[in-house]
Amino acid sequence: MVHFTAEEKAAITSVWGKVNVEETGGEALGRLLVVYPWTQRFFDSFGNLSSASAILGNPKVKAHGKKVLTSLGEAVKNLDNLKVTFSKLSELHCDKLHVDPENFRLLGNVLVVVLAIHFGKEFTPEVHAAWQKLVTGVASALAHKYH
Amino acid sequence: MSLTKSDKTIVASIWSKIATQADSIGTEALERLFTSYPQTKTYFPHFDLHHGSAQMHAHGAKVVSAIGDAVKNIDNIKSALSKLSELHAYILRVDPVNFKLLSHCLLVTVAAHFPAEFTAEAHAAWDKFLSIVSSVLTEKYR
Repeated sequence: MVHFTAEEKAAITSVWGKVNVEETGGEALGRLLVVYPWTQRFFDSFGNLSSASAILGNPKVKAHGKKVLTSLGEAVKNLDNLKVTFSKLSELHCDKLHVDPENFRLLGNVLVVVLAIHFGKEFTPEVHAAWQKLVTGVASALAHKYH
Repeated sequence: MSLTKSDKTIVASIWSKIATQADSIGTEALERLFTSYPQTKTYFPHFDLHHGSAQMHAHGAKVVSAIGDAVKNIDNIKSALSKLSELHAYILRVDPVNFKLLSHCLLVTVAAHFPAEFTAEAHAAWDKFLSIVSSVLTEKYR
């Protein structure tokens, strides 16, 4: 199980407090679809994904990105309990959505890059490391119920 | 996976920004690597890995300089990095998984330093480019 130190928790919550969930979610999901185009396989119903600008401007991408990042907010509130927090979502991603957990790792890393863009110098190696731990923990929790 | 003309243009454009702070970007990428992925320090038992160490600085500069060579020879990265490829395969033998980790830390560093320029397209092109560089460096492993 992932264990966060007090410093790591502080780094995570401090950054999270300044994140615009709607914008950042859309940006992160959009970049996932641009940087790793094969991830578009899950979003056939999303309409125009034909270019980077189409993807980043796509309202369905933005809405879904917001949903995904809002869910990450639950992780931030439950750092000591990620597996339980994401138990139902894990089942959903396996049984209904059929998403390869590798995609959670890809999205986690894209989110870290987006945070680096927004926070610049403030996203120090230590803050960055805390967030890597978080996204790894979330990816792992989401994969936990796979069978 | 190969670079399109557009990818190459973007890679070169971002490189021109990186080049203005090459050494510190390389050093910061390594710092991020060792902080986020402590297991990568196992390849540097002989180094002082503290922030600001001369060895970190020298090694960061070395890494970014090699990336610069790849950019300048983007149509023939294999040939440009041939010696480095052999070094990694026969002497260093860094496990291939670590190239992904360092590539990611380089992207995070570039993103933090050049937020405006690091668009989704730039992110995609550089992720692809570093992936190709990693491939070249691990090509002779077996």
